[in-house]
Amino acid sequence: MARRPMPKKRIELIGRSVSGLCVTAIVLLVITLVFMVAQHGLATFFVDGISPLDFFCGTTWNPHQADANGNPTVGALPMIVGSFSVTLLSTLISLPFAIGSAIFVVEISPRFGRTVFQPVVELLVGIPSVVYGLIGLTVVVAWCRGWSNSTGFGIFAGSLVLAVMILPTITSLSIDALTAVPKAYREGAYGVGASRWQTIWHVVLRAAMPSLCTAVVLGMTRAFGEALAVQMVIGNAAQLPDGLFTPASTLTSVLTMGIGNEMMGTVYSDVLWSLALLLLVMSFVFISVIHFIERKGGLRVNG
Amino acid sequence: MANETSSAAAAQSASALSAAAIARARRTVMVDKAATGVLGAIVVAICALLFSLIAYILVNGAGKLFDASFLAGKPEQFKEGGGIGPELFNSFYLLVLTLAISVPVALGGAIYLTEYAPKNKLTHFVKTAIEALSSLPSIVVGLFGFLFFVLQMGWSFSILSGAFALTMFNLPILVRVIQQAFEAIPDDQREGGLALGASRWETTIHVLLPAALPAIITGIILSAGRVFGEAAALIYTAGQSAPMLDFTCFDFSSASCPWNVFRPAETLAVHIWKINSEGVVPDLEAVSNGTAAVLMVCILAFNLLARFFGRLASKRMGA
Repeated sequence: MARRPMPKKRIELIGRSVSGLCVTAIVLLVITLVFMVAQHGLATFFVDGISPLDFFCGTTWNPHQADANGNPTVGALPMIVGSFSVTLLSTLISLPFAIGSAIFVVEISPRFGRTVFQPVVELLVGIPSVVYGLIGLTVVVAWCRGWSNSTGFGIFAGSLVLAVMILPTITSLSIDALTAVPKAYREGAYGVGASRWQTIWHVVLRAAMPSLCTAVVLGMTRAFGEALAVQMVIGNAAQLPDGLFTPASTLTSVLTMGIGNEMMGTVYSDVLWSLALLLLVMSFVFISVIHFIERKGGLRVNG
Repeated sequence: MANETSSAAAAQSASALSAAAIARARRTVMVDKAATGVLGAIVVAICALLFSLIAYILVNGAGKLFDASFLAGKPEQFKEGGGIGPELFNSFYLLVLTLAISVPVALGGAIYLTEYAPKNKLTHFVKTAIEALSSLPSIVVGLFGFLFFVLQMGWSFSILSGAFALTMFNLPILVRVIQQAFEAIPDDQREGGLALGASRWETTIHVLLPAALPAIITGIILSAGRVFGEAAALIYTAGQSAPMLDFTCFDFSSASCPWNVFRPAETLAVHIWKINSEGVVPDLEAVSNGTAAVLMVCILAFNLLARFFGRLASKRMGA
């Protein structure tokens, strides 16, 4: 009788510690990751003595060649511009399709949405990024080459491939956002004589705006960090892009090509780690933006 | 007289008003119809896009998809007719290892977060860290894997390094789906378990886990599809070479022993990327299309499997 509670307590203790240990392990991994990438990424500035100004604003990327002062030329601006251009352009292409289809399946035909469209979106998410890259290479690049009087490789091809890749992300999150709008809002709008489109445009979209913004930012996060598909179609020329159809490069594409070829500890490898650090920081920025939107959006609903 | 004109004017303005109102109502209806049409067209376009993507991959790779010498054959670097035998095995072996590491850890983590974690700053920090991990580009995870598992731990380009990199990529997704599965269980079940005298852990294991299992399995299979197709996290961890495997070899230090976790292992997805970026294989298009088709068939199979378990889950929740 007196012995019975003891094992239970021990089971409880073991269970609690084991599951707690799992959480600790995950968090430790994240901290190690941030710490190690930061350590190598910052070495560029603190060990190799490259000025951040040269790194962020320099337009020539040629780490194997020294400039007049004997410093390696590691201007990362072309890649930074490349990454932001493909991210923005792909979001712009993807946005009307994502939001439009989300509206259709939530407001107009929920049954079609559940039975046909949701599985379609899930499958689109599931297609591996190299397969998107391969199709980009054989279809999109060839198509661009056909009418743009260029090689076809470039920011436009990259954005088009990325647009398809982030489409399911934005779509499914937008569907969630629109579904979360209370029914009473719609009934109120219909009650004062609004048409379905007026209800959608003036009430539902307005009410779901913060969550829709979150969906878009998450899509942008994915676009910014996508590596292989972009690398396969963008042409990989580390120069400041002067058009949508000239070969360019992004942070991820340079990293994909570069890291394996370099010895650790050289200036070139340090600079590549700085690019990785920049990617890491940008994904934290995207998360912060999402949190900011959620806080603001929450306030609006409560107030 | 004056009275008459004013009443006529009033009638006129009233009819004008109603004419304007009718016109506006008509326009509203037209805009509504047009919007519905445009939205419908967008949805049709997306569905058509998916079907043409899948059809394109499968049709282009169909020739290789049922070719046993391709599926089991040895990859060639400079000759035509290379196969994907080792890649196919590596993909599945890596997937199994990744799941073997990530599922228990994710399960433990999710149980702690839903059932034990107090609502405080530390828990908030933990949740933020997991969210951060899930938003990290997979190439960054791969680079960290290269730095930590390949170089620091000295595992070099190996299945083990790759499995750990994929685990990092997979963990946040799994933790989230398992958390959702647990949160979907009504509190009655927890209270029922506790009221019967079970401890919190016993309740979790014997009551909550069985109830959440179908949803968890669905989540695991869906994440398996993503792991299976992942390449960016692998090119610098599991490596880009696939030594031919000898299934009769049980010398665990040999590179041709399939089960050796310290051998480099190129997967299907990495193979597609590598041969396209090198571009030296003469039948590049046929091999990459065939590999993509095999990859796609596996992903479709995962998806169908997940759908099956998902249906099971909703049935059980309904009962």
